Amino acid sequence: MSISIQTQDFNLADEVAYLEQDNAGNGAVVTFTGRVRDNNLGLKVSGLYLEHYPGMTEKSLEKILETANSRWDIGRIRVIHRIGQLNLGEQIVFVGVTSKHRQDAFAAAEFIMDYLKVQAPFWKKELTEAGEKWLDARHSDTAKAQQWD
Amino acid sequence: MIKVVFFAALREQLNCAELELSAGENTDSIAKVKQLLVEQNPQWQDTFSNASLLSAVNHEMVDGSHPVKAGDEVAFFPPVTGG
Repeated sequence: MSISIQTQDFNLADEVAYLEQDNAGNGAVVTFTGRVRDNNLGLKVSGLYLEHYPGMTEKSLEKILETANSRWDIGRIRVIHRIGQLNLGEQIVFVGVTSKHRQDAFAAAEFIMDYLKVQAPFWKKELTEAGEKWLDARHSDTAKAQQWD
Repeated sequence: MIKVVFFAALREQLNCAELELSAGENTDSIAKVKQLLVEQNPQWQDTFSNASLLSAVNHEMVDGSHPVKAGDEVAFFPPVTGG
């Protein structure tokens, strides 16, 4: 289980190598990468600013990963979330899960992303053609996370 | 003392990142801390009456009835939007 909150970018190949190294028991490797999109709610987006609550972020992510661990038969987990200024197309978030079988790895990775979006204290400010705007939480994200209850 | 911290849009609306309160009967729950902050800063009334505002004590998300004691770190912030 490994969590990083960082300003710098990450390399997908390195992260997959971390998940796979000395881990032949887990044949399934599921990864998700979230990137900065060039549009949202009908507006052109030129970038993002990401803020978090140091201390609480790590604690809440640990809790989410422990819950995932208790619900599915999974092996290694890696989560990276970037903070600060991010440009179009840049990587924001990475979730990687290994398991003996794909079902558990897929489910755990989706659960971690769904919970991260509603429980981990990160906030996005969008830089759009209409100016800067903090993003409002979406009901659809809350509903998605509640499906796991 | 109780350390109170604010994040994201809330921090910008209040123009305040953190402050300290002396611990006592009037700060022994999240709801009372909120009430005291609004009494001390009447211009914060509207912002703090927003029902979607979230709170945490010592890095754990809690609700309004949660107890608060000396040495605690209390945080207020808008719903999260990471990922």
